[in-house]
Amino acid sequence: MANAAVEQPHPRSDAHASATGVWSWITTVDHKRIGILYGVTAFFFFLLGGLEALLMRWQLGAPDNTFVSPDVYNQLFTMHGTTMIFLGVMPLSAMFFNFMIPLQIGARDVAFPRLNAFSYWVFLLGGLLLNSSFLLNAAPNAGWFGYANLTSKQFSPGLNVDFWVIGLQILGVASLAAAINFFVTIVNLRCQGMRMMRMPMFVWMSFITQVLLLLAFPVITVALILLMVDRFFGTSFFMPAGGGDPVLWQHLFWIFGHPEVYILILPAFGIISEILPVFSRKPLFGYAAMVFSGALIAFLGFGVWSHHMFATGMGPVADTVFGLATMLIAIPTGVKIFNWLGTVWGGSLRLKTPMYFALGFIAMFIIGGLSGIMHSVPPADLQQTDTYFVVAHFHYVLFGGSVLALLGGAYYWFPKMFGRVLGDGLGKLHFWLTFIGMNLTFFPMHFLGLNGMPRRVYTYPEGLGFELWNRIETLGSLVLGASFLVFIYNIIRSRHNIAPADPWEGATLEWSIPSPPQEFNFPALPTVYSRDPLWEQRRTHGTAPEPTRVSGEGIHLPNPSFWPIVTALGIAVFFVGFLLGVKLWVILAGGAITALGIFSWAFEPAG
Amino acid sequence: MSHDSAHAIPIETSTGLDSRKLAIWTFIGSECLFFASLISVYMVYKGKSLVGPFPHQPWTSPTGQEFEPILQIPLVTTGTALLLFSSFFVVMALAGAQRGDRRALLGWLGATIFCGMFFVGMQVYEFYHFVHEGLGYTTNLFGSTFYTLTGFHGTHVTIGLIWLLTIWILALRGKLPPEKSLNLEIAALYWHFVDVVWIVIFPVVYLMR
Amino acid sequence: MRIPPAARRRLRRFAPLLGLVLLVLAGCAENYPQTTLAPKGDFARAVDTLFRSTVWWAAGVFVLVEGALVYAIFRYRQRPGGPEPSQFHGNALLEVIWTIIPATILVFIAIPTVRTIFRTAEPPAGDPLVIEVIGHQWWWEFRYPQFNITTASEMYVPVGRPVDLRMRTADVLHSFWIPQLAAKRDVFYGRDNRLWFTAEEAGVFSGQCAEFCGIQHGRMAHRVIATAPADFDTWVAQMSAASAPVPVFEGDSLALAGQALFAARACLGCHALRAVDPPPGQVGPNLANIGARLTIAAGSLPNTDANLARWLRNPQEYKQGVLMPNLGLSEEDIRALVAYLRTQRVAPVPPPLVATP
Repeated sequence: MANAAVEQPHPRSDAHASATGVWSWITTVDHKRIGILYGVTAFFFFLLGGLEALLMRWQLGAPDNTFVSPDVYNQLFTMHGTTMIFLGVMPLSAMFFNFMIPLQIGARDVAFPRLNAFSYWVFLLGGLLLNSSFLLNAAPNAGWFGYANLTSKQFSPGLNVDFWVIGLQILGVASLAAAINFFVTIVNLRCQGMRMMRMPMFVWMSFITQVLLLLAFPVITVALILLMVDRFFGTSFFMPAGGGDPVLWQHLFWIFGHPEVYILILPAFGIISEILPVFSRKPLFGYAAMVFSGALIAFLGFGVWSHHMFATGMGPVADTVFGLATMLIAIPTGVKIFNWLGTVWGGSLRLKTPMYFALGFIAMFIIGGLSGIMHSVPPADLQQTDTYFVVAHFHYVLFGGSVLALLGGAYYWFPKMFGRVLGDGLGKLHFWLTFIGMNLTFFPMHFLGLNGMPRRVYTYPEGLGFELWNRIETLGSLVLGASFLVFIYNIIRSRHNIAPADPWEGATLEWSIPSPPQEFNFPALPTVYSRDPLWEQRRTHGTAPEPTRVSGEGIHLPNPSFWPIVTALGIAVFFVGFLLGVKLWVILAGGAITALGIFSWAFEPAG
Repeated sequence: MSHDSAHAIPIETSTGLDSRKLAIWTFIGSECLFFASLISVYMVYKGKSLVGPFPHQPWTSPTGQEFEPILQIPLVTTGTALLLFSSFFVVMALAGAQRGDRRALLGWLGATIFCGMFFVGMQVYEFYHFVHEGLGYTTNLFGSTFYTLTGFHGTHVTIGLIWLLTIWILALRGKLPPEKSLNLEIAALYWHFVDVVWIVIFPVVYLMR
Repeated sequence: MRIPPAARRRLRRFAPLLGLVLLVLAGCAENYPQTTLAPKGDFARAVDTLFRSTVWWAAGVFVLVEGALVYAIFRYRQRPGGPEPSQFHGNALLEVIWTIIPATILVFIAIPTVRTIFRTAEPPAGDPLVIEVIGHQWWWEFRYPQFNITTASEMYVPVGRPVDLRMRTADVLHSFWIPQLAAKRDVFYGRDNRLWFTAEEAGVFSGQCAEFCGIQHGRMAHRVIATAPADFDTWVAQMSAASAPVPVFEGDSLALAGQALFAARACLGCHALRAVDPPPGQVGPNLANIGARLTIAAGSLPNTDANLARWLRNPQEYKQGVLMPNLGLSEEDIRALVAYLRTQRVAPVPPPLVATP
């Protein structure tokens, strides 16, 4: 410790704000840095998933094509789905959870900064492990929902499904840890005056998402454990020969899987509810209705899982119950869409890039929602399920929904996160390429499905009428690929467009601090008196001056820590031990490293 | 701001509850779904085993080997009772910690750990006995579901024991003053949860036919 | 309400889209042999009727809601120097209205839905034709227990008589799908799933497996050949007579060579050549009547000599991962086998149906 004359300021004052270097990123516990780590990593995986899609589309561009072998194609479509969901959309949402939630609720960080870092490292390791399977030409190849008993050792003897099971288990740990963190953060760290019904809608939707994560992930954890022991130890949970039932897998998976799709869309709903008011210059229409409809969607979302199983022959009663429950979800979803329309209606619309994506979201999500209602009719679904019709449906809600919203959020929050505004002209070009590309790619899939093209087929013959639409879709996918190039170019091109604290005249707390924020976020924790605190302030006190950067002296922040990454490594090693064929010493080593990490973490001196 | 280590700075939280306490409750909520799934799988496959040995009925194998019902209710009931008592003991230990009574803390917490260790020991013995009697992990659906369900529960108990033991050692070294009693309270909440799960598992597996 | 020209142009853009949808709904079946939109069976027709009603509702909602969105975008564009918009927060009455209206629409969809679910759940009355369907990786086996006939990939059914499918798998999950007749149902191991339908007209109906089942899921197709009842009876009679392979004409030396090869290379170990009482547990499709079938390789290749030769030359080349290995046959062997397999015809396809793929 330095002598008193040159006593360092508190170890974590502004001096640390400019801490650079790899080590500072490895040991960071700053939610903003962790958010950026999530974002960069997830964006990379998203592009990987996109490449997988492009390869698939190229193969399907012509009948009886031999661009890739059937085995490679099956790996591609499995990894495309798995990557986009678990390594793309979810962690991109996590990027915004991380960066924005503490800012929007007026906090300095999340409740458990080291746990936050831990979640990221586990996610990274899980994603790397999953994709390392490509190096062995053994990428998962049984579909992203891995139905038993195709996934049994008997019918999938290679490492492919092992990678899938282990990879998802690891990612599940990351999701669960993050969910606990954000749940507690939102419940417990709101600034003065921020009652639950004054929280920004993004925080509300994220909150409901965390609840879904907490309740849904344990179920898939159990399903994966059962599949794991079937494969590694020879039990018969899903093996008919031993008395097991493959349908049990479907139930367990979809009890997770359906809430999972709401996990994918609710943050998107939240982002849209942030963008629309700001760019319409009026408050969100029907705040309470939006909160309750979001909660209702999540709640009902646990009651519809067997709508993925209408073709399994569950009987008319089960079909009816799940069909009606699925239709029911359309009601709160419709409420949301109408409230968004109500937000835009009578507003003064500033048609900047974030608003383009938000409006595009509404347009596309309506289409996805309507095809969803068609699926909710069990007899009709017997034609539509497992065809390109359902592929169209979920791409409209996932791409036209989640991805458009995430892109809108990216344009909206990029200034706050990086202190730069993305170019609006290029942004709009990006939007139109995306919009045209996605409609070219996914709309014809409705026709293909209704005209008899099943999903997950590596090719199709001439004479079934599939050629034209497939060719158009392949073209569309190239347009989509180009749109991402434009996005990346925009990011690079915009590196000199310095952003003010509040480029959009926003309503919520994140716009009251510099762009990018200082490490401690707020010099003094705010107190709020309304849902739109900055608008409130502007009404009563006029436009606030540009916030200055201050020293942050006296503000106490948590220390960086090395133990989250160590613990994450321990967990990865533990699971890899199973992947290597239940190598006991590796499993024990992993357990030991994890234990070491946890104990060191627990006894680390307080910051 | 908030700390995730045992620090004495009081933090103002929106609920007035310490974030760590909220976190353990959240975790417990999630774990409820975990065990609910495992218990559901057990119940779905109850009575569906193609071959024995069975939990409650005797069975003669095709080769003529005879098996008694394999569950040993008296032994497990004893373990169950001790586990339930241990929840009471940990409450007493927490009371002691909160009023700074180191002897009470060490005594009651020690009793908790002892009961927990007996429970785990009983389970290990039970597993060993079952395997010896011909019920392996892959023998039938009963074996698979039984070992998975009770095995994961036992693992949770073991982790709880390590946790409680760590706290006991801290207390022994005088490092658990009343201001830090929250650490024990959180571990105790986890311990109660593990107990409650057993209260569900015990009737479902051992008592219901 | 004044619609600005730009909005009108935008709205007009949606109209062709709608027109396109309707065009597809017209269901040009000749162009789409596997379409769900031109039902030729009672089950598919019931499903199609229900589906079409949802399309109309969806189209209506689409036009109204998207229309409102597009209108709002143009009407409420920020005008330079314009006033701050009215800061309204919501409207409880609107919330109620736009909850009740969708709920009502859903009731209008739900009622026929539930009716159709229960109506189609009734097993067929009268004297249905029972066919057992067994899914394999990557072909379909069809057994007619009432006639003791086994065949593969091409299922014959009589027009106008209910067909009662009892379906299961021999390995992993598959899904039996005949879009124009009976939609789809998954198949499981150890228990039967049922599907029933009545074909309304004669024709060759294409279908594919609709549950991912491994490497060759993409090439696991089948045909349902609906024929006039008299033709069906003929087919049954002919197949029932196939209790042994068709003997080869003495003068046909090439086919005789093929017959010898078929025995020598142990093809019978996997493939039976008789439809009646074939040996149990065959891992390959039953080949009785292979000479007259419309397709080979699980409905994915037209049954021409060239294709048969291609398959025999190396099944792995066309259908990588299939259970039949590359037998390393010489071209001479292949010609002989093709000639032999061509002689195995007991039930030619009725002429009007031959033209369809």
